[in-house]
Amino acid sequence: MFADILIILVKAVLALTWMLLLALFLTWVERKQSAVMQDRVGANRASVLGLRLFGLFQPFADAVKMLFKEDFAPTFSQRALHWLAPALSFFFVAVTMVAVPFGDTIRLFGRAIPLQVVDLNAALLFVLAMLSLGIYGILVSGWASSSRFALIGSLRGAAQLISYEVALGLSLVGLVMVFPSLRLSGIVEFQGKTLFGFLPKWGVFLQPLGFAVFFLAGMAETKRVPFDMPEGESEIIGFYTEYGGLKFGLFMFTDFLEVIVISALATTLFFGGWQVPWLGAGGFVFPWGGGLKVAPWAVTVLRVLAFNIKVFFFCWLQILVRWTYPRFRYDQVMDFGWKVLVPLGVVNILATGLILAAR
Amino acid sequence: MLKSWLILKEILRGAAITARHFFVNMAFHTLKLFGLRTRRRGAVTLQYPEERKALAPRHRSLHRLTDREDGRPRCVACMLCVTVCPSECLSVEAAEDTDPEIQKYPARFVVDLNRCCFCGFCVEACPVDAIRMDTGEIRLASPTRADLEITLDKR
Repeated sequence: MFADILIILVKAVLALTWMLLLALFLTWVERKQSAVMQDRVGANRASVLGLRLFGLFQPFADAVKMLFKEDFAPTFSQRALHWLAPALSFFFVAVTMVAVPFGDTIRLFGRAIPLQVVDLNAALLFVLAMLSLGIYGILVSGWASSSRFALIGSLRGAAQLISYEVALGLSLVGLVMVFPSLRLSGIVEFQGKTLFGFLPKWGVFLQPLGFAVFFLAGMAETKRVPFDMPEGESEIIGFYTEYGGLKFGLFMFTDFLEVIVISALATTLFFGGWQVPWLGAGGFVFPWGGGLKVAPWAVTVLRVLAFNIKVFFFCWLQILVRWTYPRFRYDQVMDFGWKVLVPLGVVNILATGLILAAR
Repeated sequence: MLKSWLILKEILRGAAITARHFFVNMAFHTLKLFGLRTRRRGAVTLQYPEERKALAPRHRSLHRLTDREDGRPRCVACMLCVTVCPSECLSVEAAEDTDPEIQKYPARFVVDLNRCCFCGFCVEACPVDAIRMDTGEIRLASPTRADLEITLDKR
């Protein structure tokens, strides 16, 4: 009993550390990737003892700067809520990582340990619920700031996130119909099989439309640039107008955590999670015949690596989108959510249902 | 709404362009990392204090006074530069020269860079080619104003 709790605690700490380090890394990736896309160099001056490492120390310099800034709250703000909002925002995003499987089961000291913090049997609903609760961070911050800009930003944010929650939920219904499970580990297990004997049975091949709707709605959930209605730094400063220092940093950090969560979900639900194509427990079995024996520990390493690579690819893709497109207008965001993504989600459910019934 | 479907192709093309820039530039950055020099570079950025762009021949930088062959300044303290200067940043104090051919020389020649707008009129106005702005010195920032009042006759 005690050992079980200890294992879960260790896994939770590891998952959180993984997420925070990746988010810290992503702040650097965002700056460097946008620079490379625009023929620039990007942050490369931060150095430790003359060692620059392409500016990899920049996130730490930023973190130190944030830490040493004055922790202020405007006199007209509601102190407790003002303090609570970034924490809420951060917590509800960070907690979703609990349900994501990082790899298959490993055996350690005669114990089977799944590389997943908790294997919830309704993990998909849990993740969606936590993403929805993240709205409270925005709403509370806008309300507690007692500032008009912050309030407008937070109301826009709430409207946008609620709209896209619908599309996000609808896009996943088709997936649940195909992989009859709400457990994320179960969904990943299902994707280990092959389709027509050669194609990995990944969600994206079974639900291409569902993936498109999910990814677009997911990017709207991260409330980053093409969908940055709550922030809108070129018009209103958004729900963190009255924030500074570490509290503001927490909001910014939450955005990156959301990018990671959406990437991890896209990977887990549509791109086979930790599955490597054609890699079984004993090794590779290629569809063109032949195989390759792989040691069990190497299988685990390959699978965790595959999960990380896929997650990182989707982070890259989201940053690419963020630095390619100009922002939507507010009515365009609403149109896109309700008139395009929601109908497409419904169409996807109907099509999936018809195909499943006809089979 | 229909229109936004028609521009879907263009939307994807935009992402393709930025992605192409990313991969092409990354390839050049990687080549550079492995010590291979390429004609094109991954970025157009010049790392300023270490890398300098060559100044144009006509570039107007910090002033200097030119000398005669015997080392004395060419300036005859005719005050034309002081007169023409639109920001009134030049101040010249004339003194009598022993040489009757020269008659006057600048006892003090001060450029106040706090005021100078680098228009180059003083260079244009000088009848004896005594002042030029071709030192190539462009790092003129200073923490104090007094440092920017530069005395040009260092005699």
